[in-house]
Amino acid sequence: MSAHVKVREREKLTLAEEIEELTGINSLKCYQCGKCSAGCPVRVFMKVPPNKVVRFVQLGLEDEALRSETIWMCAGCLTCSTRCPQNFDLAKFMDALKEIAIKKGVISKDDILKFHKAFLKQVEANGKAFEFGLIRDYKLATFNIFQDLDIAPEMFFKGKIKLFSHRIKDRDKIKKIFDRCKE
Amino acid sequence: MDNIGYYPGCSLLGTAKEYEQSIRHVFSKLGINLIEVDDWSCCGATSAHATNHLLSVALPMRNIILAKKQGLKSLFIPCAACYNRFVVARYEIENRPELRKKIEDVLEEKIETDIEILNMIEMFQRIDRELFLSKRQRDLKGLKVAAYYGCLLVRPNGVTGFDDPEMPSAMEDVVRLTGAETVDWNFKVECCGASHSITNMTVVTTLSKRIIDDAVENGAEAIIVACPMCHSNLDMRQRNIAKMDSQHKSIPIFYLSELVGFSMGIDKEDLGLSLHFIDTESVLARFSTAIVAKE
Repeated sequence: MSAHVKVREREKLTLAEEIEELTGINSLKCYQCGKCSAGCPVRVFMKVPPNKVVRFVQLGLEDEALRSETIWMCAGCLTCSTRCPQNFDLAKFMDALKEIAIKKGVISKDDILKFHKAFLKQVEANGKAFEFGLIRDYKLATFNIFQDLDIAPEMFFKGKIKLFSHRIKDRDKIKKIFDRCKE
Repeated sequence: MDNIGYYPGCSLLGTAKEYEQSIRHVFSKLGINLIEVDDWSCCGATSAHATNHLLSVALPMRNIILAKKQGLKSLFIPCAACYNRFVVARYEIENRPELRKKIEDVLEEKIETDIEILNMIEMFQRIDRELFLSKRQRDLKGLKVAAYYGCLLVRPNGVTGFDDPEMPSAMEDVVRLTGAETVDWNFKVECCGASHSITNMTVVTTLSKRIIDDAVENGAEAIIVACPMCHSNLDMRQRNIAKMDSQHKSIPIFYLSELVGFSMGIDKEDLGLSLHFIDTESVLARFSTAIVAKE
């Protein structure tokens, strides 16, 4: 169980404790060998390497961890999680940091969060993903209007993007699942 | 006829239409009856697991519960991203009792996880070799391809439990049954950039270019995939790569089921080959007429 010694009862959990509660991952398991950052395919697009984000959490530098763009740049490829000699699931750890950052309203890569929100909005409403709605909402939210306008007609004529969504029957259930998971 | 549960996933209704078409044709030819999970819903994909852990487990579990109710013993999930979400969610439920309790409360149902989950390659591994070869109408001898696994079929190690995470070889075994040759190359499990395709295209064009270049350098004429995300990044985004680099050498990207279907003599339109962004005729034309007569 938790390796974090609770000196006295506190109302507020530390970031490390919150991550452990959410994922079962003990932040102290990481011994900073750096193998994750060495093999990370998106490392070159990050200012702070992934292992350093873990270090922030270990040291209680919560703001540094939650505000780092690294947590949003992670592509979730799971290379780090697979190679870690300590079996530390860093990709899941990055997901937990994003989830906590959202709760605290500390968002360093707003465009990526807008993408996720636009995606889930369609799933919540229809039970299935809906690309046209996703792209429309994402573009409106980010003002990134012009990207991919060249391929859009072709996608449409190939039938790869449809104007109407597929909808499942039991949408009430999906709505309920979303509501309960947001609580 | 064998019955197998089938969860297509949202991409196969849209951007990966050709994957769905080729799967339907190939498995009907092999005598396998795919039974779609009734009223299936989205697995939540990256957007759920990046923002809400509970949701990312609850959404696949709803579908597993439906499949179990339908009496399905196995579930074929061709999209590598959906496949990964399902196996990871099942792993979490089986290994974290407190999470299982929470998810059962969310879904208002008891969860049973004893269902076999199969990816595209595992489906082909189930097919008897002799049966597979008996359906082959074109020998793709001389076609050199690179089998690309990407991230989500093989990782996390020990959770998907499928093949070696660094040097897998199961897809090559399937490809060789078509007569095609597989090349040795370095990027078979490297990431293509995944959902950054929309939010940060430079990540995708950079990573996908490295993958394509390495395949070409090692003699491949085409890349074979089993993931809609990989396909769209390597096929559709190859246009953006070509714009970025005038020296770029384009190569077609096939779904494994398309390659197998083509070797079985299934019509190219039926396989959805005209839906690709990078032309496929450059490598297929030489085999188009070579239908082998069966005695």
